[in-house]
Amino acid sequence: MPRTGVFLCHCGSNIAGTVNIDQTIEASRNFPGVVHVDEYRYLCSEMGQDIIKKAIEDNNLDRVVVGTCSPRMHENTFRKAAAEAGLNPYLLEVANIREHCSWVHKDMEEGTPKAIALLRAAAAKVALNEALEAPKLEVEKRALVIGGGIAGIQAALDIAEAGYPVDIVEREPSIGGRMAQLEKTFPTLDCSACILTPKMVEAAQHPNINLITYAEVEEVNGFVGQFDVKIKQKARYVDPVKCTGCGICWEKCPAKAPSEFEMGLAKRKSIYVPFAQAVPMVPVIDKETCLYFRKGRCQICEKECPPQAIDYEQQDEIIERRYGAIVVATGFDQMDPSIYGEYGYGQHPDILTGLEFERLFNASGPTGGKVVRLSDGKPPKKVVFIQCVGSRDKARGMNYCSKICCMFTAKQAILLKEKLPDAKSYVFYIDVRTAGKGYEEFQRRAAEEYDVAYLRGQVGKIFPEGDHLVVHGVDSLSGKVVDIKADMVVLSAASIARADAPELGRKIGINTDSYNFFNEAHPKLKPVETHTAGIFIAGACQTPKDIPDTVAQASAAAVKAVGLLSKEMLQGEACTAEVDEAECSGCLHCVAVCPYTAIDAKEIEERYGDGTLKRTVAEVNPALCQGCGSCSAICRSGSINQKGFSNEQILAEVDAICLQR
Amino acid sequence: MTASNEGSRLIDEMKAQSGQDPADCYQCAKCSAACPVTAAMDLLPHQVIRYLQMGLEEELSNSKTPWICASCFTCAARCPRDLDLARMMEGVRLTVLRKREGNKFGPADLTPEQLEKLPQQALVSGFRKYNK
Ligand SMILES: Cc1cc2nc3c(=O)[nH]c(=O)nc-3n(C[C@H](O)[C@H](O)[C@H](O)COP(=O)(O)OP(=O)(O)OC[C@H]3O[C@@H](n4cnc5c(N)ncnc54)[C@H](O)[C@@H]3O)c2cc1C
Ligand code: SF4
Ligand code: SF4
Repeated sequence: MPRTGVFLCHCGSNIAGTVNIDQTIEASRNFPGVVHVDEYRYLCSEMGQDIIKKAIEDNNLDRVVVGTCSPRMHENTFRKAAAEAGLNPYLLEVANIREHCSWVHKDMEEGTPKAIALLRAAAAKVALNEALEAPKLEVEKRALVIGGGIAGIQAALDIAEAGYPVDIVEREPSIGGRMAQLEKTFPTLDCSACILTPKMVEAAQHPNINLITYAEVEEVNGFVGQFDVKIKQKARYVDPVKCTGCGICWEKCPAKAPSEFEMGLAKRKSIYVPFAQAVPMVPVIDKETCLYFRKGRCQICEKECPPQAIDYEQQDEIIERRYGAIVVATGFDQMDPSIYGEYGYGQHPDILTGLEFERLFNASGPTGGKVVRLSDGKPPKKVVFIQCVGSRDKARGMNYCSKICCMFTAKQAILLKEKLPDAKSYVFYIDVRTAGKGYEEFQRRAAEEYDVAYLRGQVGKIFPEGDHLVVHGVDSLSGKVVDIKADMVVLSAASIARADAPELGRKIGINTDSYNFFNEAHPKLKPVETHTAGIFIAGACQTPKDIPDTVAQASAAAVKAVGLLSKEMLQGEACTAEVDEAECSGCLHCVAVCPYTAIDAKEIEERYGDGTLKRTVAEVNPALCQGCGSCSAICRSGSINQKGFSNEQILAEVDAICLQR
Repeated sequence: MTASNEGSRLIDEMKAQSGQDPADCYQCAKCSAACPVTAAMDLLPHQVIRYLQMGLEEELSNSKTPWICASCFTCAARCPRDLDLARMMEGVRLTVLRKREGNKFGPADLTPEQLEKLPQQALVSGFRKYNK
C-alpha cells in the first residue's frame, strides 16, 4: 500500500470560496492509501512548499496529491518541492480543483463533491505512478541559419558574437538578399549598400561564421539540440580557394542570360557574381547558358583565369553536419502582377513593379542609375504609382496588407523628384498606412515637400496612347474619374512568401500559414519561436516586414538560439511512450499518427518452437517522443503505453470517479 | 440628407435580393475605375455602396446610377473584396421598383392560358418586380 499525502490549497478564496475545505479534507482521509492530509492558503508559496516537504519527510510519504490550480500553472513548482524532499517528482499528481472545479461552479453544493471526486481520482492514479527519469540530451553548440538576407546575416552575427559557431546556408551565389537590391532605405534615405555591405563583410570575416552560399538544405533529422542536417552545395565550377575575384572571367565570357538580381531588366554573363559587392566574390557558372556545358566549346574563362580556378568537373556535394539550433530567414518574393489584366504588366516596358523601379535608381543597375523609360530611354515626366496590387485583395490576390509598400512608394517618389525635379508623381491608394518611427513624417514630406499627388482610389485600366500610358482611375474623395497621361507606371506588387516555403517547412518540420509564411508559436508572446523546439524564424519569411522590424526579429531569434546553445544539457520528456513488444502485433498504426515521427518499425527475433521467428514491432525513439499520447490512443492491442499516463492509470482515475460516488 | 445605418428597408431588401453585404466594401473605388458607363452616372458605383452603408435610401431611390448600370459585371470581376456590385445594383433596382410600382399583378391575375403560354423567365421576372 502506498503512503499518500494529500494537500489542499485554498488559493485565497479562488478555491475555498466554492469548495468546502473542511469537508474535502475529511473525505480525503478515507481515500485508499492516504496517510496524511493538510491544507494551506497558498500552497505555491515558499511556506506552502515547505509544508509539503516537511510532511514528506516526517510521514515517510511516497506519493503526493496536491489539490490546486491547473498543472500548467504549478506542476513544476510542486514537483521540484517533492524532489527537494527526496521524492521522485513523477510520484506527485496535481488535481486541478480550480480551473476544472471552483472557477466553473457557483456554489459549494456543486464545487465540494466535484473537488472530492477529482482528488479521489488523483489519489487512485498516483498509487500506480512510477518513478520516472527525464532523459538528458546533449546540445550541439553550433547554429544553422537558412537564408543570408539581412535577417540571416543579423542573426548569424549575433550568435557568432555570443561565441558560438554559425553556418549560413544561402541559395544564391551571394548573401545580401533583397536589401542588396535596394537603392536607399526609408525613412532616413541612407544608401542600402552602404549599411548592408559592411555587415556582409563582417559576416564573411567573422571567425565564428561559415558561409555556405549557392547551397540548399536537403534534409533535417533529429531534434532540439541535435539536428542532423544535409546541405547540398551546388557546383560553382570555380574553386573558391584559388579564385581571387579579379573578374576577368565574367568580363571575357561571351554567353549572356537575364540577370536574376536585376529582375531580368539587364543581362549577366554565364559565369557571374550577382552584383558588384557580392560576398563571397567568387563567381558561379550557370550551366544552362554556358557555351561549354551546352555545346562543348568555349572554355574562355578557363583559359583567361589567372589563378586557374575554373573547374568544369566540380560536382554537387552533400555536407552533413549537426546543429543545436536552426534559424530560418528565407525572406519573401514579389507577386507577379500580370494576372491583373487591367494593369498590362508584362505587355509594356514602362509598366514596372516596385522592385524593378528601385533598380533604375541604382548606379550599377540596368540603366546605370538613370531613371528613364525602358521603352525609349527618355526621363519620365509623370509617374503613376498604384498601391495594393495583390495586397488586401481576397478575390485575386492576398487578403493581407503587405505593410512596406506605402513607405517604399513614398521613398521612390521622393528619390524621383530628387533625380528629376521636373517629374511629377501620382499615387493611387486605398489607405496610407505608415505606422512606425519617423514613418508618418516621411510620407507627409513626400506629399508636402516633394509635390507627390495622393489620390484615394484605384485604377480601372491602363492603355497606351501615342507616347503615353493613359491611367484611368477614380479619386473617391472628390468622386471624380481621372485620366492621367503617364510616362511610367509602378505597381506595388504584394510581398508574398517564397514559393518553396511550404516544401522547406516540411523538410525542417515547421508549418506555414494559409499564405505560406512560416508560423510563429504564438502571435504575441512567441514571435520568433516555432512549434518545433529549437527552430526559430526571423524576417520577411514570417510575414512581410521592413528592415527595422526584420533586424529586431533576427536579433530576437539569435537570443533564443544562444539561450539554447548555452545550455550544457537539455531535459527531455519523461512521459514518453513505451512499447510492450510481447503484445505489439506490428500493425504500425502508431507510426502513421505520430506527429513527431518518433516511432519506427523494428525487427525482433523470438524463440518459436525449436527455431526462431522474425517479426515486426513498433519502436519509440524517446528523444523524439513528446508524450502527446496519440499512439496509445490508436493502438488496437493496448500495447503502447505512455509513461505517467498508462491505460491502467487512466482507468483507475475513471473508476475512482464513477464507481465510488 | 439624413444618414443612418440601422434598419433600412432598402438595404435589408437589397441584401436579401443580391446576397451581398455592403459592409464588406472598404471603398477602394476599383469598381468605379473599372465601370465603362460612369460618364452617364450621377453617383459613381462605389458611392452607391457608400450610400447603402450610410442608409441614404431617399438619395439612392432618386439616383440615376442603378438604371445606367449596364450589368456588365466588370466591377464584380475586379472587386478585391469579392463583392458582386452588379448584383447589388440589380437589388437596388428591384427594391426601388417594388416600392414605386406597388403590387401590379400576381399569378392570380393571369388566366391559366396566359400562365401556360408566357415564357417562365418573363413571368418570374415580372413577379419579382411587380408583386410584393
Ligand atoms: C521595392 C522594395 C523596396 C523596399 N524598401 C525598403 C526600405 O527602403 N526600407 C526598409 O526598411 N525596407 C524596405 N524593403 C523591405 C526589405 O526588402 C525587407 O524588409 C528585407 O529584405 C527582409 O529581409 P529578409 O532577410 O527577411 O529577406 P530577404 O531579403 O528576402 O532575404 C532572404 C534570403 O534568403 C535566401 N533564401 C530564400 N530561400 C532560401 C532557401 N530555401 N535556402 C537558402 N536560402 C534561401 C534568399 O536568396 C535571400 O538571400 C523594401 C522592399 C521592396 C520590395
Ligand atoms: S574565376 Fe578566375 S578569372 Fe574569374 S574571378 Fe575568379 S580568379 Fe578571376
Ligand atoms: S471595388 Fe469592391 S471594395 Fe472597392 S469600392 Fe467597389 S465594391 Fe467596394
